[in-house]
Amino acid sequence: MIGIVGYGSYLPRYRIKVDQIAKQWGADPESIKRGLQLYEKTVPGLDEDTITISVEAAKYALKRARIDPQKIGAVYIGSESHPYAVKPSGTVLIDALGIGPHVHVASYEFACKAGTEAMFVAYSLVKASEMDYALGIGADTSQGAPGDALEYSASAGGSAFIMGKENVAAEILFTNSYTSDTPDFWRREGEFYPRHAGRFTGEPAYFKHILNAGKNLLEKSGMSPKDFKFAVFHMPNGKFPQEAGKKLGFTKEQLEAGWIVPWMGNTYSGSSPTGLSAILDLAKPNDKIFMVSFGSGAGSDGFIFQVTDEIEKVRSLAPKVKDMLDNNKIYLDYGEYAKFRRKIILNE
Amino acid sequence: MISPRYAREIPQRYRLEAGRCTVCNAIYFPPRLICPNCKSKSFEEIKLNEEGTLLTFTIIRVGSEKFSKEVPYAVGIIELKDGVRLTAQLADCAVDKVEIGAKVKLVFRKIQEEGKWGLHCYGYKAILI
Ligand SMILES: [Zn+2]
Repeated sequence: MIGIVGYGSYLPRYRIKVDQIAKQWGADPESIKRGLQLYEKTVPGLDEDTITISVEAAKYALKRARIDPQKIGAVYIGSESHPYAVKPSGTVLIDALGIGPHVHVASYEFACKAGTEAMFVAYSLVKASEMDYALGIGADTSQGAPGDALEYSASAGGSAFIMGKENVAAEILFTNSYTSDTPDFWRREGEFYPRHAGRFTGEPAYFKHILNAGKNLLEKSGMSPKDFKFAVFHMPNGKFPQEAGKKLGFTKEQLEAGWIVPWMGNTYSGSSPTGLSAILDLAKPNDKIFMVSFGSGAGSDGFIFQVTDEIEKVRSLAPKVKDMLDNNKIYLDYGEYAKFRRKIILNE
Repeated sequence: MISPRYAREIPQRYRLEAGRCTVCNAIYFPPRLICPNCKSKSFEEIKLNEEGTLLTFTIIRVGSEKFSKEVPYAVGIIELKDGVRLTAQLADCAVDKVEIGAKVKLVFRKIQEEGKWGLHCYGYKAILI
């Protein structure tokens, strides 16, 4: 049996409400909340970035996995906000967690799907018996341009998954990916904020890739939506994953546990992985989970998990997503938020 | 350029590596070569417990250049569960919420950065739990 032996998530304590951002730009907060189904989002502290978020998430994953960090043979961090353009995020992480130096490390990028890429490769290396354990992480501290629709959603957080063969808490039964060259969203080297093709990001990008990856995954597995207790899709806003789920034949109830975006925002590479983490926090043995990520550019990675008895042993060994979402929140006004996200021009 | 010293201190700053005297069990952070207590030169490497109590603190209202945009912030002396005391900046809290005796936890954060072009320097800070 191969799958997740330890999982962990980390969300910053800072938040900004949609109302604050709408007020700044003269938009109507109620219509945004209704339209995007978003209420507030996480904001990273001045001292937080993809590396620190990955370290905290992976620390929790290690607590749940209860393994010697030295046994991890590969570490992959997927993000679109790696702190360095040149210098991998994972080197800091392995030294912080006592992994390696005999370890394969790489940074992955694929807009919002870099995290599931890291998970897929980590899983594949264990499956190929190259190593006993591999760590895949999705984390981001993404930014939308001031006044852009993305500013309401782009948030910060991440999740880490240790793949292995022993004491598996959620077995991976099937995977499937769907990729095509789609110019829906991009950021050129040296540019601070990303650009997107407005409505083009919906049908030809998000829905096309998620639905195709999802349909193929169902076909490959010979399963139907009613075989699953839970489903989670990439969450750029509250509305898209609900629509994608409905189109694939999943109910609102199946999406509920992983649909954390209204209070978290879009954590990009950490979006569907953190939804998965929230599901694992309350799933029962034998429950099946359907997951499809999405990254602009564009592509989707799909996974089918089956939860094992082991989940009951590991669940309470680290903080749960819901607890991080609900507790210790510190609300920022737009001015503080602009400072935290370095939107204010300072003298050097 | 702070890079060489930063690299040298990674085991302590990143993963709280300390030395425990194998003769008298005293813990030293950062590690020492000779135990001041019993003069032994034999140590084992341990990782400090991340949880502790805030013994005392001060509030920085006028920061040095690199920290001037973070004021006001608290810096405290923390006694970890294994008895070791260390100094750390407090993160994620309003300074009026900080109290002596508060339970804290060490977390991995960015401590400073060398301008726009230099290294991000990581290490531990404390948060209230
Ligand atoms: Zn001694």
